[in-house]
Formats: sequence, structure tokens, C-alpha cells
Amino acid sequence: MLEFKNISKEFGPVKALSNINFRVEKGEIVGLVGENGAGKSTLMKIIFGAYQADSGTILIDGRQTRFTSPRDAMANGIGMVFQEQSLIGNLSIMENIFLGREHEFRKFGLLNFQKMESAAQQQLSKVGLKVDPRMQTFDLSFAQRQLVELAKVLTLEERTSRDLVILLDEPTSVLSEDEVELLFNLVNNLRSRAAFIFVSHRLDEVISISDRVYVLKDGEMVDEVSAQDADPAKIQSKMVGREIESGYYKQDERETYNEKETILSLKNVSKENSFESVSFDLHQSEVVCLVGTEGSGREAVLRCIFGMNNPDKGQIIYFQNDKIKIRSPFEAVNNGVGYMPRERKIEGIFASMNIAENITSSQMEKYSRYGFLHLTSEQDLARDWVDRLSIKTPSISTDCGRLSGGNQQKVVLAKWRSSGAELMMLDHPTRGLDIGAKQDVYSMIREMSASGVGLIVVPDTFEEAIGLAHTIFVMKDGACVKRFAPDKERVMPIDLVAAMT
Amino acid sequence: MLRNLKLQSVMPIIVLVVLVVFFTFLNPNFFSLRNFARIAIAASPFLMVTIGVTFIIIMGSIDLSMEGTVSLTAIAFCFCFLFFGGTLGSGGWIAIPVALLAGAIYGALNGFIHAKLLIPSFMSSLAMGFVGIGAAVLLTGGGIVRIDDDIFRSLLTYRIQGFPLMVYVAILFLIFGIIIQKFTVLGRNLYAIGGAEDLAAASGVPVLRTRVLAFSLAGFYYSLAGVLQVAKLGQAESVTGANLMFLSITAAVVGGVALWGAIGGVFNALIGVLIVAVINNGMVVIGLPDYLQDGVLGVLVIAAVILSTNRSNIRFVK
Repeated sequence: MLEFKNISKEFGPVKALSNINFRVEKGEIVGLVGENGAGKSTLMKIIFGAYQADSGTILIDGRQTRFTSPRDAMANGIGMVFQEQSLIGNLSIMENIFLGREHEFRKFGLLNFQKMESAAQQQLSKVGLKVDPRMQTFDLSFAQRQLVELAKVLTLEERTSRDLVILLDEPTSVLSEDEVELLFNLVNNLRSRAAFIFVSHRLDEVISISDRVYVLKDGEMVDEVSAQDADPAKIQSKMVGREIESGYYKQDERETYNEKETILSLKNVSKENSFESVSFDLHQSEVVCLVGTEGSGREAVLRCIFGMNNPDKGQIIYFQNDKIKIRSPFEAVNNGVGYMPRERKIEGIFASMNIAENITSSQMEKYSRYGFLHLTSEQDLARDWVDRLSIKTPSISTDCGRLSGGNQQKVVLAKWRSSGAELMMLDHPTRGLDIGAKQDVYSMIREMSASGVGLIVVPDTFEEAIGLAHTIFVMKDGACVKRFAPDKERVMPIDLVAAMT
Repeated sequence: MLRNLKLQSVMPIIVLVVLVVFFTFLNPNFFSLRNFARIAIAASPFLMVTIGVTFIIIMGSIDLSMEGTVSLTAIAFCFCFLFFGGTLGSGGWIAIPVALLAGAIYGALNGFIHAKLLIPSFMSSLAMGFVGIGAAVLLTGGGIVRIDDDIFRSLLTYRIQGFPLMVYVAILFLIFGIIIQKFTVLGRNLYAIGGAEDLAAASGVPVLRTRVLAFSLAGFYYSLAGVLQVAKLGQAESVTGANLMFLSITAAVVGGVALWGAIGGVFNALIGVLIVAVINNGMVVIGLPDYLQDGVLGVLVIAAVILSTNRSNIRFVK
């Protein structure tokens, strides 16, 4: 009933989508998979009316149409559940559901909250969520908020006579396994009400829920398969464009680490509401991956090691030296501990500062005397690292906000590498990067490891953890529950999953 | 001096040139050395305040304590000057470092209250401004303190190339400000905090210390303005700093300093100050009635902001 024909979209010289054909039938669940940067989000935005295609046609029930805005798309029955949730935390559930449509509950210029509450109740019952509609949304769990969003989108049923198509953008990325199952059951039950487009980079999930799967790669639709004959390995290779060879994670460059030199030692470290009694050692040249679901305490452990939070109990010993106490990032950096946070756009680079300024931002002391900067040596350093990591940039005085994601990542790595960090923590270092940039990050992890740096990585996928790590610790509900050594034994993703749940 | 040489960053300069041409067209007397000297005198203390607050705005915060700090340090300067003999020759010079130090300490206190007690800078600095004015009233009993020392007043009366000495003092501290911005760790850290405070902290920037230092630096500049105001007017009172809050923040914004931080700098402050000073002076020169000037200034300032700032990427205004 909804059909996209020969859709193309360009951003300047970049072809984001070319000749995409895509259709959704009534009550169908369609999967859309692709690597980061394959064009999934662009296609989604076109479906949802946030972007307009440069060429191609959109047909609804065979009739040609155009969406000039999300509002337009909604009027045609297309709704979207966003990955970054779009609820406003300080408003109540019902206010969120009917945001922008309060006039339906207006009487003599005042809002009839009773009427709104019962209307909200009715929407929530569609998704089987039993909560008070007057609750503020930030009191809800992540999964509950997602259901509220879905309920919000389902109000389209009453608003348009069209059949509904609902886009789910990476809906499972932050859900636990149980929650994923609940969501899938719900989506299946809602088939009578709407068709779904399920967008994800988790192939197994997409195959398990969808009727049909579309595979996007570099802006082109490279495959369309029905879920019954979907072969994960084949789709994977189509997504990537080649078979994933064994050296993808630079495993051959994984050298043995130095078990005698302990860089970091956690002894029964606890932080209330985050993690309990975590103990492990990190050695010279070792890569440790922390695996677990969202909220299992992995990030909180990193933050404690980096001094952003202070543990309640236990002891953290840095570089076998009892005297080193780290209570702030400032002390951490000065003691050779580096940290690369997750959202590099927000936390990893200073967008309005240039490459040289970004690289020295963690080592001001080294590049200044009596408070005055050594601008020339700073620029020499930047030039050196731009060469070493082949950072693509017009010049070292280019603002980092104008570099591509992969090059921004390289700048951040240059910053920590050049500051001589001996212990480096990377939180999702490859999230949002294309394959080439991912490979660069893996190379850099190997290079750091080879030069003696100990690394703690929170990886993006299980495969990444197994490919990268010497040692994997599985975290569950704030505890370190299991240790794997993929450098010595064969570890499969399923082993990790089993330990997590 | 400009961080990015794009059209947008030269817009404030174009606005300034257009204003000068506009007022010259309406009254050719506007374009004369005498009048430029007048503008420069009015702009000197005003520039010091604007440079001070620009450092805070770069950091992504705001400082509204300037009126109180200027009044308080101007009065402190006068009292100290009179205490040490009432003339620069006899030891009154001591009042200058005393006033500057007082400004820096008052600013540091302001910054400490904001950063350590986690009070938004908008609120803490506004309150500290009132405290400053209150202290000024208390010290003077609501009266006026006069300075009649010819040597000190030569800051206003002694001219080189048509411009009085105080203009050169202001230029000296303009350069000092640019050096801090471009060549010191403090300057760099201000941009880092204004750009992404979390990341600055994660990079090991001592955020608390930098914040306190920045407010202290701003206080130092306000006290410079206080001393120059006394040189200009020959007196100090609790309203010596009046109007500087609106004018200085306006000037910074008109000059291209972004209120959300990390964009612009001391040079932008200079251009903004000149724009506002030219508007103020031009209205007098073309004979605009007194009672209209405030309203017209407001309208012209909005026009200048529209012309000189890049708002294309702003989706929401708070």
C-alpha cells in the first residue's frame, strides 16, 4: 500500500541514496538493515517526510503523493518512533501523547484534563502499558517510555483514515533481552492496526521479527529477501559488501600482553546503584573488553577509574603505586589515564576548536610555561599526528566540527596517544563509524597495545569484543560475572550472551 | 585575530563602516579627529568592561556584576588616592594597583560563589552586582568623591595625536586581553569550557579553577574601567557604573561574541564597542533629541545584531 520508487537523494557531492525501491504492505513488518552510513537514516527521514527525495515517486494505494513535512507524512498515516526518544521529560505522559493537539481537549479556552486522561488511557491500553497517564515521563523506565512513544504514534489511528505505517528506529538498542521480547510480541499483536518498518543493525533481531528484509549498502538497495529464506551470513556479507575475513579486528596483530606488569587493579570496588564489588586487573599491553547490557554498570566502572565519580567502597590501584590517588579527571589525566567518552560529537571533540587545540587540550601543562602556550610546538605536534594517523583535513587549523566522524575519532585518539596515556579507556569507540573508519580505530587500538598501553574498551558488538580483547569481563546487574580469554580459547558470541542473561 | 575568516566574521566590521558612513552623510562633522577622540574617550572604560565580560561569555556563562564592580572599585580607588595624599606625585599611585587588585578579588569571589556553590552565573553575578552597588552607597553615604589631581587627570587632558592618554591605556589592555585569549592556557581553557564543559573536564581542564580565574580576570577589567571612569569624570559615586551592563553585553553580541560560548573574542568586543559608541555619539551629532536616544539606541542595536551575527543555525532562541 505504501511504495517508494526510484528514490534518490544527494547531499552536495555525496550520493546518500540512489534508485531505492521500497514497499510496505498492510499489516506487514518490514526490516531494514545496513551498516552505519549505509543510508538507513536518510531513507527513514524521507519516508517520514523530514527530507524530500531529489527524484522518485511515493505511492499510497497506487496514488502518487508527496510529503513536504513530517506533519504531512503523519496525515498520510506514517508515524515514527525515534531512537533518541522524543518525549519531553518534564511533561506528563498524557501531555506528551497529545502534544500539539491540546485543542481537542479545550473547553472555553481551558484544558479538560479528565478528558485527556481517559483518552490517554485508551491509547496506552493499545500498547498494554498500565501506568498513570498523569505521571511525568522521566519517572518511567526506558522501555516504558518507548511504549508511550508507540502509543503516541498510534493516535494516528483516530486522526487519519489511512492505513498506518510505523517506523521503529533502532528500537532495541537500549533494551534488555526480556524487554526486546515483550516489544516484539507487542509489535506482532499490533499488526492488525499498523504495518511496521523495523530499522536496526542487529541482523538476528530483524530477521526474527520481519516478514521481509531490505538490505542497504552505500545508499543502494542491494538485497530484498523474505525472512524465511534469510541467511544471516549472506546478508551480513551483502551489508558489508564482502565476506568478513578473519583479520577484520586485526586479530593477527594481537600480541601477548605482559602479565607481570599490572597497570590497574580494582579490588572489590563498589558504587551505590551502579556496581557491586568489581575486581579485575589490567596489564601492560592488555586489551580488556567489558561486555554487558545497558545499565550493567560498565560505563560507571570507567567513570570511577577516571575519577569522574568516586567509589564508595574498595580500592583502585594505579600503576602498582599506592600513592596515586585519582579523585578527578584532572588528576587522572596528569597520571597518564585517558578516557574517550561515547558520544564523540558531544563529548569527544571541541567542535569549535581546531585540530591542534583539540590534541593538546589534555596536556596543557606540557605545551605551556608560566601559563603561556607554546603555539609552535603545538602546531608541530598536530602536523606530526595528522601525518601519522593520516587525518584528512585541509589544515591543522581547521575546526574539528568540520571533519568527518572517523577523522574526529582520530583527532581524539591523537590527543590521548600524544599525551602519553598509559591506561586508556574507550567507551564505544566505533559507534556510528563506517567500516573503513572502524578499521582505523582497530589499528590504533593494536598500535596502542603494542606500545605498552593497557586498554579498557566497552565495545559496540560481541564480535568486536571477541575480536579485540585479550580478556573479556561480562558484567551483569553491576557485578563482574564471568571472565573469558579470547586470545587463548575460542569464544562465541552466544557464550557471552549466556553469561549476560 | 579572527578565528574564522568568513563573511560572517567580518560583518560586524562592515556594520561599523556603514554606520560611520551613515552618520557622516547626515552630518559631515561626525568624520573629524575631534569627534573620533570624543568617541574614543566614551569607549575606553566601556571597552574594558566589554573585554571583561567577553571572557565570561566565551566560557558559556554570563557576568552581570559589572555595574557594581565598576562603582565599588572606582570609589575604592578615590578613597585610597585621597588617603595617600590626593595626588599621583605624593603616593596616590598606590591607589591604582589597590583598585585593580580589589576588582580581581571581587571578581574571584563572584566566580567562587558561582562555581563552587553551583549557582547559575546569571543569578550569582547579578546578586554580586547589587552587593557592589550597595557597598558603594555604604562607603560614600550616597555622596560623591572627587579627585582634583592634575597629574592623574592628564589621562584625559594630555593628548597624543589628538587622543587623550586614557585611550592609549585602553589600547594597551586591549592588547593584553588579546594575548590572554590567544597565548595563555587560561584563554584556551575558556574556549574549551565554552565549547563542551564535560569534555573539558574529561580532558583534565581544571574547570573550577578556570572559572574562578575567568571571573577574577573580568573583575580586573571592570576595575580598570572604574579607574578610567574616575579619570574621565574626576569623581566616583555609586552610579559610576550605571548602564554598563546593557551596553557591554550588547556590544559583545553585536561584535560577534556568541552568548552560548566558544565563539568570538576580544577583537569582536572591540568592534562591538565601537559600533555601540558610534551609534551613541552619532545620535548626538545629528541632533537627535535626548528623550529619543534610548529608544533609538535599542532599535539600532537590534538592527546591528540582525546584521552582524550568524543566526542561521539557531533553531531555538532561549
